[in-house]
Amino acid sequence: MSKVIVVTSGKGGVGKTTTSASFSSGLALRGNKTVVIDFDVGLRNLDLIMGCERRVVYDIINVINGEVTLKQALIKDKHCDNLYVLPASQTRDKDALSLEGVGRIIEELKAGFDCIVCDSPAGIEHGAFSAMYYADEALIVTNPEVSSVRDSDRILGILAAKSKRATEGAEPVKEHLLVTRYDPKRVAAGEMLSVDDIQEILRIPLIGVIPESESVLQASNSGTPAIHLEKSDVAEAYRDVVARFMGEDVPMRFTTAEKAGFLKRLFGGR
Amino acid sequence: MSLIDNLLDYLRGDTKKTAVVAKERLQIILAHERAGRNASSPDYLPALQEELLAVIAKYIHVERDMIKVQLEKHGEYDVLELNIMLPEDKRSA
Repeated sequence: MSKVIVVTSGKGGVGKTTTSASFSSGLALRGNKTVVIDFDVGLRNLDLIMGCERRVVYDIINVINGEVTLKQALIKDKHCDNLYVLPASQTRDKDALSLEGVGRIIEELKAGFDCIVCDSPAGIEHGAFSAMYYADEALIVTNPEVSSVRDSDRILGILAAKSKRATEGAEPVKEHLLVTRYDPKRVAAGEMLSVDDIQEILRIPLIGVIPESESVLQASNSGTPAIHLEKSDVAEAYRDVVARFMGEDVPMRFTTAEKAGFLKRLFGGR
Repeated sequence: MSLIDNLLDYLRGDTKKTAVVAKERLQIILAHERAGRNASSPDYLPALQEELLAVIAKYIHVERDMIKVQLEKHGEYDVLELNIMLPEDKRSA
């Protein structure tokens, strides 16, 4: 049975595309035949984060309009064998993304892929709605910050009321909380919401915590999903997320600040 | 935050940490927004309004937009508010 997973958040800039790229790569590395779809029509960026921007010829709108086949539009990832990217259109507007057309594409993809990852645009409008409508599971990407938590709550409300599963009275979309850009030091100092706080407020199961890290920018600079970086907390954290998604019991990491030495504690510093 | 900062906070009797303030603010606003989401328009409200309108129309001539049905949440309990505006001439007649 193939799974449709939406990566969503409501708020922009919290790490949806970074997460879509690393999560789909992680699934592929573990042998799942995976496709990741960019739903941000007009502002596509998944291609840049995956490092395939120069190989984009056709996009999801071309497929919806029947101008090309799905096979022609899919781009094979250069880092993983089992991974394909379906880019968004850069020139069309969001209304070209018909719900019925997206449904047709997802049905067709289900025949050949184990995991279909939908990278949602920010907001709660048409693009975000089409990305979440067919989802079986959802990664709710949330920063430890008030506006992000509030927007995540709003998105959870929409998933519970308007997704295909909700409107058809099927089993609800399985929700996973992913906290990104987490800084345990600031949490310890009482300057940042803790994972426990966020979980208590949003009331959904936690699938992982991605620490704030300079390596995310380095990964996007070079067009390599962060999960491929060596000796990086972010890469390890994303691998843990994928393992938990596949049902493994992996303890949470990167949630507490490293114990600093006496002098460092006395004189502060990061 | 260093020990010195902690010590200074302690000596100053410093105010609440901002993370605590953030959590409290979120809990309040989300309780409000969730209540609005779940209760403002349950599925049966439009049907209820239609049926009430049909009953009232048997006795009085009222316009469609003169009847309002609202469900509001007041703390522990829900209030179903029914507001019918009767036409002027009927009352004076």
